Amino acid sequence: MSTLVPHPSAATLRRGFGVIGQGIREQPRWFTVSVIGSTIYGIMTGGTAYVIGKVTNETVAPAIAARSVTSGQLWHAALLLAAVVVLNVIGIVVRRVAAGVAVFNLGAIFRRRVTRQYLQLPLSWHHRHPSGQLLSNANADVEATWNVFNPLPMAIGVVVMLVFAAVQMFLVDVFLAVIGLTVFPALFLVNIAFQRVMSPKVTRAQQLRAEVSEVAHESFEAALIVKSLGREDQEAERFRAVTHELRDANIEVGRTRGVFDPAIEAIPTLGTLAVLAVGVWRVSTGHLTAGEVVQIAYLFSILAFPVRALGWVLAEMPRAVVGWDRVDAVLRATGSMEHGSAALPRAGASELRADDVSYSYEVADSGEGDGLPGRHRAVSAVTLDVPAGGTTALVGPTGSGKSTLTNLMMRLVDPDTGAVLVDDVDLRSVRRGGISEVAALVAQQTFMFDDTVRGNIALGAERTDEEVWQALRVAQGDGFVAHLASGIHTRVGERGASLSGGQRQRIALARAVIREPQLLILDDATSAVDPSVEQAILGALRESAAGTTVLVVAYRMATIALADDIIYLEEGRVVDHGTHAELLGRCVGYQRLVTAYAREAAERAAVAADEEPPRPAEPTDPRELRLREEERAEAALTRADDENVAVES
Amino acid sequence: MSLRSTPVTDHSGIEAGQNLGTWQTLKRGVQLSPELRKGIWVTVALAMLSTLGRVLIPFVVQRTTDEGILATGGPDLAVVLRYVLLALVGVAITAFSSYLVNIRLFTASENGLSSLRIRAFRHIHDLSMLTQNTERRGSLVSRVTSDVDTISMFVQFGGLMLMINIAQLTLATVLMIIYSPLLALVVWVCYIPLFVVIRQFQGIVGRAYTTVRERVGDMLGGISEAVVGAATIRAYGVEDRTAARIDEAIDQHRRAAIGAQARAVVAFTSGQLVSGLTTAVVIVVGTLLAVRGDLTLGELLAFLFLVNLFTTPVQQATEILNEMQNAVAGWRRVIGIIDTHADVADPGDDGVDLPRGPITVDFDDVRYAYPGGDRVLHDVSLRIEPRSRVAIVGETGSGKSTFAKLLTRLMDPSDGVVRLDGTDLREIRFRSLRSRVVLVPQEGFLFDDSLLANITFGAPDATPDEVLLTLTELGLDGWLSTLPNGLATDVGQRGESMSAGERQLVALARAYLADPDLLVLDEATSAVDPSTEVRIQRALDSLTRGRTSIAIAHRLSTAQAADEVIVVDKGRIVERGHHTELVGRGGVYSGLHASWVSQQRG
Repeated sequence: MSTLVPHPSAATLRRGFGVIGQGIREQPRWFTVSVIGSTIYGIMTGGTAYVIGKVTNETVAPAIAARSVTSGQLWHAALLLAAVVVLNVIGIVVRRVAAGVAVFNLGAIFRRRVTRQYLQLPLSWHHRHPSGQLLSNANADVEATWNVFNPLPMAIGVVVMLVFAAVQMFLVDVFLAVIGLTVFPALFLVNIAFQRVMSPKVTRAQQLRAEVSEVAHESFEAALIVKSLGREDQEAERFRAVTHELRDANIEVGRTRGVFDPAIEAIPTLGTLAVLAVGVWRVSTGHLTAGEVVQIAYLFSILAFPVRALGWVLAEMPRAVVGWDRVDAVLRATGSMEHGSAALPRAGASELRADDVSYSYEVADSGEGDGLPGRHRAVSAVTLDVPAGGTTALVGPTGSGKSTLTNLMMRLVDPDTGAVLVDDVDLRSVRRGGISEVAALVAQQTFMFDDTVRGNIALGAERTDEEVWQALRVAQGDGFVAHLASGIHTRVGERGASLSGGQRQRIALARAVIREPQLLILDDATSAVDPSVEQAILGALRESAAGTTVLVVAYRMATIALADDIIYLEEGRVVDHGTHAELLGRCVGYQRLVTAYAREAAERAAVAADEEPPRPAEPTDPRELRLREEERAEAALTRADDENVAVES
Repeated sequence: MSLRSTPVTDHSGIEAGQNLGTWQTLKRGVQLSPELRKGIWVTVALAMLSTLGRVLIPFVVQRTTDEGILATGGPDLAVVLRYVLLALVGVAITAFSSYLVNIRLFTASENGLSSLRIRAFRHIHDLSMLTQNTERRGSLVSRVTSDVDTISMFVQFGGLMLMINIAQLTLATVLMIIYSPLLALVVWVCYIPLFVVIRQFQGIVGRAYTTVRERVGDMLGGISEAVVGAATIRAYGVEDRTAARIDEAIDQHRRAAIGAQARAVVAFTSGQLVSGLTTAVVIVVGTLLAVRGDLTLGELLAFLFLVNLFTTPVQQATEILNEMQNAVAGWRRVIGIIDTHADVADPGDDGVDLPRGPITVDFDDVRYAYPGGDRVLHDVSLRIEPRSRVAIVGETGSGKSTFAKLLTRLMDPSDGVVRLDGTDLREIRFRSLRSRVVLVPQEGFLFDDSLLANITFGAPDATPDEVLLTLTELGLDGWLSTLPNGLATDVGQRGESMSAGERQLVALARAYLADPDLLVLDEATSAVDPSTEVRIQRALDSLTRGRTSIAIAHRLSTAQAADEVIVVDKGRIVERGHHTELVGRGGVYSGLHASWVSQQRG
């Protein structure tokens, strides 16, 4: 992800105006209101100087000279000035409130669009984008894009103000107007120079701030590991390094500001002094009155600050462009899953088929050092058939592609080649939402919404409390939920933080069960519960799942034993397919996997039956030891196999 | 609908620091970052100097008008030029001193705040596991990031403004009094209601922005569900429901933000209004005074400039006070972290280092209750001999995980003592303890880095060859060869590119490479396939002969392999012995084993 912010070059400015145009099109009314407010503000700010000059010349100076003043004259002066001030304040309120409404409306509109995309884009797209990046696209980048609308109306008002001021100056005196026409463009140019020098430095500081945050986030998430491996010092060092970089970058920002700020402040002051010097000369030659000189001098002091708004807009432009590019990349992302119009049959258990299905993940680097994204094949040419109403177990070693296969079966991802069919309907032709009406997946990693237990199970569907409790009973979760403070109405916290892993798994199971799916896919969905609880869950599922086809990813023999049919996977390929007895007899990999514990137990028993083996005091050469171990294991395996065959026959 | 959840807090939580007043907070804050105080008076003096220039302008305007333009006998160019030159010198001094102020302020604050960040970061790692768990990780992060940022914003912008503004107000008032004490009084009387109003607004605006921050949190929570829960949302077809929840949160945030902005604008413009009206009053009263001969025209005009000098500080006061409030709140939160007592602390210099070698563990009448909870371990006494392999088994909630946490000193017992080689765990320096005892938890966090970097996390000096040897020893070389880029494979954020089982393999290799004398495995292989698990077990079995290993597992294969099985039930040790002895005893273990065996049989 490139976070480089370009200089406010001509191209950036052009694109920045494009972003601004887009924003105006989205929020034309509020923007207009804000500009009207800003125009009032601009005119009235200039008007203040004009009125003060006028009052000084026409009322105050003559009154002082005459040593007398009427209350009518005073009221006139005061009310004139008050009117200008009140109008000015109204202009500011309208400008800023309307600009705020426009900014936050734009933010809300684009956050909604971005999150719609997140919900719509396929899972494979999510796999390619780190979640931190997606979060910042929806939050910080949207904010960066539209922030420019905060100073923009004011800048437009300032332009009005400058025009107004220029007219005033020319009306008063050409010489003073020339000073104004030198000072304000100079101020503007210095501002541009300031933004040019400053913006890369601010960007760098911003990047480092994000890095500090990332390091802290990762480190705190890993707090338990850091603690248990005693790596606090190293983590603190890692944090210190990036924090110091941030510190230096911020000091650099301060240094730049230290150079430009006084200069930007001094220019209007110098202008005022020039006005006084030149003004006095013009007064002496009789072209000007004292009041007029003061009026222009006052104008300069009033304009000095607002003129900076032009600089603020320029400063925001590169950020807006970069923010918009990132937001736009999400909005333009395609490859959203196409849905057909077919419906899956709703007549009892579904039949599930995979026909020559392959799937590869994108990996960041192909490992060839060429920096090109490579692909890692997770599922290769898998063909399988899960008959309706049956229970099929998917068995394979860690990392053999089982979870990827379950994702393909639910059409969370589409296969690169081949097709997944439910009741002979290709999943790609099923209408949106059609698959989840029929099938339910309980994933290895449970996800909980920040909602109540009930909300997490029903997921917005119309379900009675009794139905929720019934689902919990099947998932063996009714016991612990009954003990929660508010039963099924207890909030589970962010990601279900208030629950244990086993509890979350049971709620996730209940979430699937309550939908009475025709196809239920369990991806090692009971790994965090005790064996006895798992047995009870499987028993209850068997009772309640009469009209359900079950595909279960499992290691435990008891789970596997419930299956009519077993598919054995290795490195993304189906190695064998059949009943437990068949596979045990002919598939070495399968046999090794499922009898691992039994063999181990048998070996232990055999070793125990022998004399106590001599214990080496210290490990000598580990490789040699491992060899010895393997020999022993082989010997035991032969015995274990004999035993198993005996059990089977 | 609110997406917020109520945080669980109890006495083991992080100090809110709320009992600190504003002044105390600032004092403690400066105490924690002494760099802030260094040379502060020079900075203040320079800031005063730079303010002089700003006040000089009205003075010069007055002199120019009175002595130059309105001089008896026509405008006097020489006098005007003299004053203008004087002002130029003033401008130069102002520019240079404000340059110095900027640099001094940035350097001091960045130095002070970066050490505050680092200190808070380190302290968070020093807090006990239970204390860490009372806060969301994101909230801990904000204490070392955005909270410190609000402080630096205040110190660098608000703080500078505050200094300049106070100086400006003071100087302007002094000049006003010199010109006309009565008119100065009029100006102050006009501004006093504003000070009162601003205080009111400050509270209102502050509360509004607190709401905005809460809404931002809700919104981010909602959006993150769409990202992190992507698979679940699709599997259950609940896109629309999730979208509705997110839209609600986004809209709540939008409304809160607009409301807060509107309040802030009104607060800000009240200053503008007052200063404008004050100008009108000054003109009226000033004219009356001038007519009476108490004031010259030049003095009156200078006064108008001085009123303008008043406006900016008063206007900015609202924003500065807001910023200060934010900064104090941020400071309070950071101080809260630093002042939270680390209840499971490193004994440091008072502690002892134990020599490496075979390790003995003793539990002496250990009891444990979670803060505010029931007791989960009752009077546990046991000894684990060096070089033994122990399995702790029991039902969920029996208290077996508590053993692991007490043993690795993630928690201290409520009563009783845990000893390592006869030394109380609480007296052993962390550096020594962590190099001898390592815990492998069920869900071992992986860093967004390569496989190699993750495995060497506990032993950064290890070479790739040593890592390969470790993986081979653990029987994981076959698994490694299935990975696309071998050791260079990127594991993704939180290891998300790997399956749960693979993440456990990495976590195990990482602990193994750290080479502790006692390895504590807390359900460390629960998601790994049986034959890999058995292979790992064999490896540990043969290679841990020199060390002690304690495994907590519900897969009883571990227990069968152990030298000794400790059976825990309802917080008590109910049985101890070798698998072969216990299995026939008809107790708790027999029951667990029967259930386990029935699972292994088809």
